[in-house]
Amino acid sequence: MIRRLLSVFHARNLEFLRDRGTLIFTLLLPVTLVIGMSFVFGGKPRPLFKVGVLDAPAAEHTHPFLSEKYVQPVPLTDRAEALRKLTHQQFDLLVEFGGGTRYWVNTDSPKGYVVEKLLLADEPGAQREPVTGQALRYVDWLFPGILGMNMMFSCLFGVGYVVLRYRKSGFLKRLHATPLSAFEFLAAQVLSRLTLIVVVTLILYLGIGAIIHFHSAGNAALLGLLALLGALSMIALGLTVAARFSSEELVGGLLNLLTWPMMLLSGIWYSLEGSPRWVQWVAHLFPLTQLLDAARAVMLDGAGLAQIAPNLLYLAATTLVFLAFGAWSFRWRID
Amino acid sequence: MTAPLIEVRDLIKQYPSTTAVDGVSFTVPEGICFGLLGPNGAGKTTTVEVMEGILPPTSGDVLYRGEPLGPRFREDAGILFQKTALQDHLTVRQCVALFRGLYTHGLDVEEVLRICALDTLARRDARKLSGGQQQRLLLAIALVNDPAVLFLDEPTTGLDPQARRNFWQLVESIKARRKTIILTTHYMEEAELLCDCVAIMDRGRIVAQGPPRRLLREHFAEVLLEVPRADFPDAARSLPLKLIDTSDRVEITTHDLEGTLRTLLAAHVPLTNLRVRPPNLEDLFLELTGKELRP
Repeated sequence: MIRRLLSVFHARNLEFLRDRGTLIFTLLLPVTLVIGMSFVFGGKPRPLFKVGVLDAPAAEHTHPFLSEKYVQPVPLTDRAEALRKLTHQQFDLLVEFGGGTRYWVNTDSPKGYVVEKLLLADEPGAQREPVTGQALRYVDWLFPGILGMNMMFSCLFGVGYVVLRYRKSGFLKRLHATPLSAFEFLAAQVLSRLTLIVVVTLILYLGIGAIIHFHSAGNAALLGLLALLGALSMIALGLTVAARFSSEELVGGLLNLLTWPMMLLSGIWYSLEGSPRWVQWVAHLFPLTQLLDAARAVMLDGAGLAQIAPNLLYLAATTLVFLAFGAWSFRWRID
Repeated sequence: MTAPLIEVRDLIKQYPSTTAVDGVSFTVPEGICFGLLGPNGAGKTTTVEVMEGILPPTSGDVLYRGEPLGPRFREDAGILFQKTALQDHLTVRQCVALFRGLYTHGLDVEEVLRICALDTLARRDARKLSGGQQQRLLLAIALVNDPAVLFLDEPTTGLDPQARRNFWQLVESIKARRKTIILTTHYMEEAELLCDCVAIMDRGRIVAQGPPRRLLREHFAEVLLEVPRADFPDAARSLPLKLIDTSDRVEITTHDLEGTLRTLLAAHVPLTNLRVRPPNLEDLFLELTGKELRP
C-alpha cells in the first residue's frame, strides 16, 4: 500500500515541480499582495484617538472627556480583549468610569501619551494603569491572512482541478485498472499537496517576514501544526468537490462558491468584529476563519496550545468529515 | 480439465437509453490471442471494460481463473485502453516507473522499455511522442506487471500503416511469451494476423465465434472473383450469378469457379484484370454484420 501511495505521490510532485508557470505563480502572488497591501494601508496615521470605554453606563457617554474633539469612544465589555488590543495600540487609551475613574495607557504609544494628557485635563484624579506593547501594523495583521488565502487557493484549486483533469483525460480510469485503491490515490494527492503547501508557506513566511520585519509572538511548532491541520482541512474540502464531477464549469463554479465567501468573510483583509452576529457565525464555519483566528492568536498574541485547541479540533474534525465524504463519493471515470 | 483463464457468462450491460451488451457468453483459454470484432457501436469496448472490472455489468458474470474479478485479477491484468492520457511533465521512464510502483510483481522498468523499443526515448517527455510511440508507451505500461492476461482495446486505431505493422510485431513477440491476449479491433487484417480465436459482435450480441479459419470454412464454401466495375457490362448483370457491388469492383461469389468463368467469357466480360481470391475475415465480417450504413 505504502509503495503504491509513494509512486503516485512522487509522480504528482514531479508533475507540479516541472510546471514552472504554476510554481512561480504560487510563490509570486502572495509576495506581491503583502507588499502591495502594506504600501496601500501602511503608515497612515489615524485621525482620531480611539478610546475604549469599559462597561459604560449610558450616562457616562456624556462625560466631557468623551466629547473632546478627536476622541472616538468605543464601548467595550470584555476587559481582557480590550487590554490585548491596547497592547497592540489598536486603542490609544482604555478607560473605566464609575467609582473612581481608572484608565490604562500603553506607554510605548505616542498617541497614548497625548490622549492621556487630554483625559487628565478632564479627570485629574484618574487612576493610571500602564501597559506596554508595540503597535500592531496593518501589515502584521494582514500577513497571516495572505498566507492563509494562498493556502486556501492552493488547497482547493490545486487539488480540485488536478483530480478533475485526471478524470477527464482518462488517467484516473487507467489507474483504476491497477491495484491502486481510491483511498491510496486520494491519500497520495493529499500528501503531495500538503508537502507542497507546507514548503511554499514556509518559504513565504520566512521571505515575506524578513521583508516586512515580522516577528511571531508565538511558538513556531504550534504554528506549524496549525498550518498542517488548516491545509489538510482545505485540501479535503477541495477533494469533496472534485470527487465526483466531470464538468470544468461545474467544478470551477463550486470552487468559486467556496472560495469567495471565505475570501470576504474569513477575515483575510479586515476583522469581522462589528459585523452582524449571523455573519460571524457563518464565517466561523469556514476552515479558513478557524485557521486565521488561531494563526493571529499565535503570531500576534503568543497564544498557546490550550487557547487554540478548539480551532485545531475543528480543523481536524472537518478534515475527517470532508475526507470521508470525498472517499465515499469518489468516481474514477466519467459516468 | 482446467478452468479457462477468463469466462464471460450471460453478460448484459444496459444504459438508460440502450442495451450495449445483450447476453454475451464466451471463454478465453490460457495462452491464446482472442479477438473481439465488430463494427463501431457493436458493444466490444463495453464488453471488454466489464471484463477488465472497469464497468459493472447489469447482469451476468466475468470469472478469472474460475473466480469473480478481485485483487488477484488487478495484479495479473495488463490493460491498454482505447484512449488514455498520462500525467503531464513525466518522461517515458517515469510514466512506466509510476505504474511499476502500483504492482507487487512485475518486470524491471528497463526491460519493459527495451521490449517496447522505448529505451532510446526513455528521457523524452511523454507528451512529445508520436502516435505510434505513444501506443508503445501505453503497451509498456500494460506490460509492466508482467501480466497473465493483456487487454488491447483497438490498439492500432489512428496509427499509420508502418506504426501499425510495428505494433503488430510487438504483439507477436508478446504472444510468443505465451501471454493470453484479448484484442478488440475493427481491422480484420489485424485480427487475421494475430488472433487464434475470434468472436464477431454486432448490436450487443455475438454473431459468430471460433478460430478464423474454421469460421471462414463454415461460412464460405465459395471463392470470390473480383472484376473491375468498368470491365463489367450492364448486360452481364442479368446473368445467374451472386453479385455484390463495391466501390470500384463487382464481386462474384461462387462454388463453381470453372463454370462461372465460362459464363463470364460467354457474356464477353474481359477477364484480363480478374482476380480470384479466397474469402477473408473482412468478407465474413461484412456478411455477418451487413454492409448498410448504420444510423
